[in-house]
Amino acid sequence: MSDVITTDAVIIGAGPCGLFAVFELGLLDIRCHVVDILDRPGGQCAELYPEKPIYDIPALPVVTGAELTSRLLEQIKPFKPTFHFNHMVTGVKKLEEGGFELETDGGTIFHSRVVVIAAGGGSFQPKKPPIPGIEAYENTSVFYSVKKMEALRGKDILIVGGGDSALDWTLNLHPIANSVTLLHRRDEFRAAPDSVKKMRELVEAGKMQFKLGQVTGLKGENGILSAATVKGNDSQGFDVACNAMLPFFGLTMKLGPVAEWGLNLHENLIPVDTEKFETSVEGIFAIGDINTYPGKLKLILSGFHEAALMAQKVFKLKNPGERLMFQYTTSSSSLQKKLGVS
Amino acid sequence: MAKITFIQHNGTEQTVEGLPGMSVMETAVKNMVPGIDADCGGACACATCHVYVEPEWVEKTGARNPMEEDMLDFAFDVRDNSRLSCQIKVSDVLDGLRVKVPEKQF
Repeated sequence: MSDVITTDAVIIGAGPCGLFAVFELGLLDIRCHVVDILDRPGGQCAELYPEKPIYDIPALPVVTGAELTSRLLEQIKPFKPTFHFNHMVTGVKKLEEGGFELETDGGTIFHSRVVVIAAGGGSFQPKKPPIPGIEAYENTSVFYSVKKMEALRGKDILIVGGGDSALDWTLNLHPIANSVTLLHRRDEFRAAPDSVKKMRELVEAGKMQFKLGQVTGLKGENGILSAATVKGNDSQGFDVACNAMLPFFGLTMKLGPVAEWGLNLHENLIPVDTEKFETSVEGIFAIGDINTYPGKLKLILSGFHEAALMAQKVFKLKNPGERLMFQYTTSSSSLQKKLGVS
Repeated sequence: MAKITFIQHNGTEQTVEGLPGMSVMETAVKNMVPGIDADCGGACACATCHVYVEPEWVEKTGARNPMEEDMLDFAFDVRDNSRLSCQIKVSDVLDGLRVKVPEKQF
C-alpha cells in the first residue's frame, strides 16, 4: 500500500470551481490536494471549450476556457496546491477518528479532514461506441485507453478515430504491433498535422493501413476479437482482421463513483444547503455544476460564490471554537502576506 | 414558431414548438426530448446532440459547417444526413422539420 497523504482538504475536480476553492480555502490557511481524472487542470474549460469564449465571468468581458484556467492557476499559486492528475477518486469513507479516507484508481490514499466535490458534470471518461456486443471484448480485446503498451506487442491492432489520440497511438504502437490499421470515417483528421503526415508516410511505405469507414460489428469468441465488420464510405461492407481494437471517440462526462459514496443524490446532482454548500454528510461539500439547491444556476460565477461560503464552514471544522474574522484582501495585511503581495 | 418533430429510435414521435433563433438542440433540451444529451451546452464541442435529418429536410437545414464536421468524428454511426442539432438554427423555413434521434449518443 502506498503512503497515506494527510491533508486538510481534498478537492475532487480541477475545473474553475475546484481551482477557486483552493484560493478561498488558502486564504483561511487550509491546504489542499486537488485530484482530477484529466491530465491537466481546467475541467470542461480544458476539455470541452479551451478556445471558446466565455462572456459571463465578472470583470472579464470575454475570456477563453484556457485563459480562465491559466488565470486561476496564477491566482492560486501562493497556496501551492498539490495536483494529482490522471487520477479518479474511487472511494470515500469516514474515518473513526474524524475526517475521511479517499482512494484513487491510481492507488493514492488521502486522509483528509474535509472533501470538496467540485466534479462538474462528473468525471470525463472515454466514449464507448455502441457497437453491438462490444462489452464482451472490453479489456480483453477492446481498449478505450492504453495503460500498458507492452500488452499490445505483436497484436493486430485496429485503431478507430481521427483525433490526436487515434493518431498518436497509431504512431506509438506501430513499431511494436504485428500490424496496425487506422480506420476513420473520412480522409481528414483533426489531429496535429505532423502526426497525420507521419501516418501517411507509413501507409505509403506499406508499413500500416488506413481505411475509410465505420465499425458496425465485431467478430470473435470468448472475449477475443478476430475481426471488425466495417461499413465503408461506399456503403460496401468489409472485415478488418484484428485481435485488438482501440476506439478513440473523445470523452464524455459520467457521474462515476460519486454515486456510491452514500450521499443523497437528486437526478445525478448532489443536494446542498445554501449556507455552507455541505452535502448530507458533514465534512463533504459540493460546489459548482455538480450540486443542486433551489434556484441553482450552473454558472462558473455561482461556483465561485459557493467556494467562498464553503471555505467558511471548513475553517470552523478545522478550528473548532475559533472565531473567524472576516477580512478583505484589499486591506488585510495578513491576507496579503498569504498572497505574497506585502 | 416552427414545429419540430423528434423521432426516437423506437419510432415514438414528439412534436414541439421551436422559437426562431434557438437551436434545434436547445429546443429539444427545453422540451426534455430524450436522447439529446448536449453535454457541452451548445458549444459544438461534444457531439452528443447528434441527429439524422429526415431526407426531405436535408436541403432546408443546409450543409454541416467545418467545425461540426470535425466534431462528428466523435459521434457514432455518422451518415450523410447526420447533423449536430446545436448547429441547426430554428427558423420559419424549418416549420415541420423532422429529425431522428440515434439509439444512443454514447
